[in-house]
Amino acid sequence: MHMADAPYDLPDARGHFGPYGGVFVAETLIPALTELRQAYEAAQNDPAFVAEFEYELKHYVGRPSPIYHAKRWSGLLGGAQIYLKREDLNHTGAHKVNNCIGQAMLARRMGKPRVIAETGAGQHGVATATVAARYGMECVVYMGSEDVRRQAANVYRMKLLGATVVPVESGSKTLKDALNEAMRDWVTNIGNTFYIIGTVAGPHPYPMMVRDFQTVIGKECIEQMPELAGRQPDYVIACVGGGSNAMGIFHPYIEHADVRLVGVEAAGSGIDSGMHAASLSAGRPGVLHGNRTYLLQNEDGQIIETHSISAGLDYPGVGPEHAWLKDSARAEYVGITDAEALQAFHDLCRFEGIIPALESSHALAYAAKLAPTLPKDKVLLVNLSGRGDKDMHTVAEKSGIQF
Amino acid sequence: MSTIQQTFKRLAGEGRKALIPFITAGDPAPEMTLPLMQALVAGGADIIELGVPFSDPMADGPTIQRASERALAAGMSTRKVLEMVRAFRATGDQTPIVLMGYANPIEAMGLEAFAKAASEAGVDGVLVVDYPPEECVTFAEVCRAAGLDPVFLLAPTSTEQRFADVAAVGSGYIYYVSLKGVTGSATLDLDEVARRIPVIREKVGMPVGVGFGIRDAATAARIASLADAVVIGSRIIEEIEQSSREEAPAKVTAFLRGIRTAMDNAGER
Repeated sequence: MHMADAPYDLPDARGHFGPYGGVFVAETLIPALTELRQAYEAAQNDPAFVAEFEYELKHYVGRPSPIYHAKRWSGLLGGAQIYLKREDLNHTGAHKVNNCIGQAMLARRMGKPRVIAETGAGQHGVATATVAARYGMECVVYMGSEDVRRQAANVYRMKLLGATVVPVESGSKTLKDALNEAMRDWVTNIGNTFYIIGTVAGPHPYPMMVRDFQTVIGKECIEQMPELAGRQPDYVIACVGGGSNAMGIFHPYIEHADVRLVGVEAAGSGIDSGMHAASLSAGRPGVLHGNRTYLLQNEDGQIIETHSISAGLDYPGVGPEHAWLKDSARAEYVGITDAEALQAFHDLCRFEGIIPALESSHALAYAAKLAPTLPKDKVLLVNLSGRGDKDMHTVAEKSGIQF
Repeated sequence: MSTIQQTFKRLAGEGRKALIPFITAGDPAPEMTLPLMQALVAGGADIIELGVPFSDPMADGPTIQRASERALAAGMSTRKVLEMVRAFRATGDQTPIVLMGYANPIEAMGLEAFAKAASEAGVDGVLVVDYPPEECVTFAEVCRAAGLDPVFLLAPTSTEQRFADVAAVGSGYIYYVSLKGVTGSATLDLDEVARRIPVIREKVGMPVGVGFGIRDAATAARIASLADAVVIGSRIIEEIEQSSREEAPAKVTAFLRGIRTAMDNAGER
């Protein structure tokens, strides 16, 4: 696959990344998506919208987020230098807020007073509830009842911010079921409601739009890395559930052919165990939630339940652009198990004084595997997509500790 | 002319409208599907919409999702749905059957393989909820080549451009979703239906069936006076849920007869 010659300008006008992406929804949603696409296109070309987005990112989120050279950890690993893009320092503690601000501004522009969202770990729900409070919008968050139980602190956080959290009891009671329920809400309340999707998946224009709002991460890195490390990284590493933090940091690097892009999926108890959430590594292409992409499914095309220590990666699909980057070999995708992610979580706490999110710990764990195999002058840039405060209970439980 | 088209033509000649009930194949148990299909015919069904269960039925409400979950828990698969159609045809019944489901199980089987197997089993049409016309030009061709009518949805939100898009790829009939929302929702805007149906019928040149939100004989009768077909799903599934397995077929027949009678009386307009 030769991508170096032509500029990268996917998706096409109908939202396709090669065979992936598209608009696979019931007819009832088509006009809403058309309206959204037109509104987004107009907003993108409106300097006032762009300026306000940048202002919000700077003054409300606290951007640009710094890049930090994890010298001590790199030294202990004894190989390549690890740099961390500190999305964990954003307001609300993760990269999710970048996208929520963009979409909430768009909702306001479209005259929709009500926003809805799905959430797994609760990070996207919290970010949506946050910006809904900021812009004075009604906010309803759908969350699998299993996740409501696992992420009680985030549920309370959303309620504090004025959101209504609706536990979803159908199916596997996790993120994918929350997404189904949010879609149903949208189709029923299409006149006054904007659906803020939290990842680079769903029907066009969502994968493109969420990516665009998140590319601020990679754009900053492209400026920051030469200042800090004297050059661009050899590897950019990010965890991939739906894949928004990874697309955000990958996208501006796609045309930097020398930079290797590595997406890290949740291998749960191991790919061979069948208990994982690694759709790119172990799935097959199919259609779910409005787009064609790699899916974890059985022989009959039924979506199967996923397993990961990290609720934010516990999703059977993945953004269609990642499917395309995999097939075109511009990015590579690897798996990290729960145990490996936990080890990296503890190491970053102890050696750098940073508590990372369990999602981001997957990317850290891969960096920790890769670094010792490379010379000391190689540079790994890891997207530290979120902080781990929300994961205290999960990690404590794994260590046999009760609060 | 396909069997679905023949059915609409015959009914038009008789001055009647089509009654199209929906059940999910394998709900509540695989062995119940054949008797339930026969019960639908006994109740006056002109076409049967048979749901192919899917793990993530985004466009359906809680009732049909429960039916899908029960069917999958009972071991249903797309191939088993086709076996049921084959068994139904083996009884000599020629009532047209339209499979209604989602794209992924069909893609998992392969478009050509699915269309061939469905056609051989005796299926007449296919409605894939998450295949809008722009994403399924190939699938529509594959269906027609196998002798299956690709049936499409239109909604209150659809523009006239959408009517043309659907007319270009669809055949058999149009399924007009009579409200914003998911299957089984409560409210139905009859004035909206009355206004839209004649326009759609003219633009797409196909019979128009109306579904989503039809729960009683009075509404069915009113729809029958406006459209070419009445589609009823969630209400039948509720009937099945609330009956014992022994009673379910008779209950379904009785319910549908009430609808049929009201529709046929409304036909005397």
